[in-house]
Amino acid sequence: MKTYDVIVVGAGPAGLGAAIESGKAGASVLLADENDQPGGQLFKQIHKFFGSHDHYAGTRGFQIGQQLLEEAARAHVEIRLSTRVWGIFEDGTVSACTEDESFRCRGTWLILATGATENSLVFPGNTLPGVITAGAAQTMVNLRHVRPGSRAVVVGSGNVGLIVSYQLLQAGMDVAAILEAAPQVTGYAVHAGKVRRAGVPVLCSHTVLEARGERELEEVVVAQVDGQFRLIPGTEEVIQADTLCISVGLTPRWELAALCGCKMDFCGPLGGRLPLHSETLETTCPHVLVAGDLSGIEEASTALDEGRLAGVHAAAALGLLSTAESAEREREIQSRIAALRQGAFGRKRQTSKEQIWSRYHQHQGGGL
Amino acid sequence: MERKNAYVCRCEEVTQEEIIAAIRAGDTTLDAVKRRTRAGMGFCQGRTCRRLVAQLISAYSDVPFDTALEGSVRMPVGPLSLGLIADTAGGTEE
Repeated sequence: MKTYDVIVVGAGPAGLGAAIESGKAGASVLLADENDQPGGQLFKQIHKFFGSHDHYAGTRGFQIGQQLLEEAARAHVEIRLSTRVWGIFEDGTVSACTEDESFRCRGTWLILATGATENSLVFPGNTLPGVITAGAAQTMVNLRHVRPGSRAVVVGSGNVGLIVSYQLLQAGMDVAAILEAAPQVTGYAVHAGKVRRAGVPVLCSHTVLEARGERELEEVVVAQVDGQFRLIPGTEEVIQADTLCISVGLTPRWELAALCGCKMDFCGPLGGRLPLHSETLETTCPHVLVAGDLSGIEEASTALDEGRLAGVHAAAALGLLSTAESAEREREIQSRIAALRQGAFGRKRQTSKEQIWSRYHQHQGGGL
Repeated sequence: MERKNAYVCRCEEVTQEEIIAAIRAGDTTLDAVKRRTRAGMGFCQGRTCRRLVAQLISAYSDVPFDTALEGSVRMPVGPLSLGLIADTAGGTEE
């Protein structure tokens, strides 16, 4: 059985960051991803990131992805694509499969960066052709250059919903409306401003009731909700659309972490159920680290730096970095992450993360 | 226009009505709902519907959402053909 110093599951920003940092320090690294392309959602992002220079401000998502792949190649990371890790056994053996083989391998350290699943909604007609998720819309428009339809309604005004709406416009579609169940837009003002300037109405306190159509989506029934998200009768409206794009948040993909025996926890603002973890991404399972959306839904930049932190942690534990080197690297990365968890949006994530860290330390018996 | 079904588990085509009926019949865990309705037993192994079923459990019983989300996970965590495992039962010794 082939053995590695580090096995990383998931080649999105978090997994790439982890693989790059441990590989750069000299670890033998396997980076497995079930998709046929690495980069996770990065290659679907055609917009420029903003923030500071350290966070690739001004660079488009797919370009960040390309830079990371080059870094991973220089760090001698073995990337296996179309490879799904389907099991982790009690003795630490990792089982994975491709189209035509199932194989086992073992790593001294396991870094799980399995990302997230898109949340869904239940309403009559939710499986009609034309009803898609935001991720599917981005795959079609940005990767495959296929327009999903001609006129869309988008559900959810978080950053993903706002960005996808703009990208549908760029692809030449009309966006009839963005629906938001909350009384205000939940994404960044900069993204909301872009779609509003383009003339897209954002209907707050609105939800989707029904998707209608004979063989495919023809119209969407929407209605207003009150502060408790209860339907206000008599407010129903019908909007003509052939595309209904659902963008209502993400859920960490925690299955593999649970299989390892990691103690799980719940945190609504971070996406729901997730593995308990420390500031340096340790779980309650020795030698198993987590990073990125799996450890709480944030953004690509945070995921990347969390991955780097996990990679440094593993490399230091393997004796490939001196205590001084790893402390220096960790400080540097942690200060970048802290910068991303500031402001009205970041602060909430920081507080949630602190709760998780504190519960991790309680569980491990150390207190904080 | 005919009103379409509201599907919770699209892999196994389980509707919202069927899930609510199961909860009313006393199934207030993901596993219990799964055993009665097959929700979560399909191709995606509950990745999409798990959260929706838990939301319905919390709405139609006194089990809170976070508790309702707790369910068992078994290998394989994704779809995998038995033939593939059989062919490499010993695992490819690389």
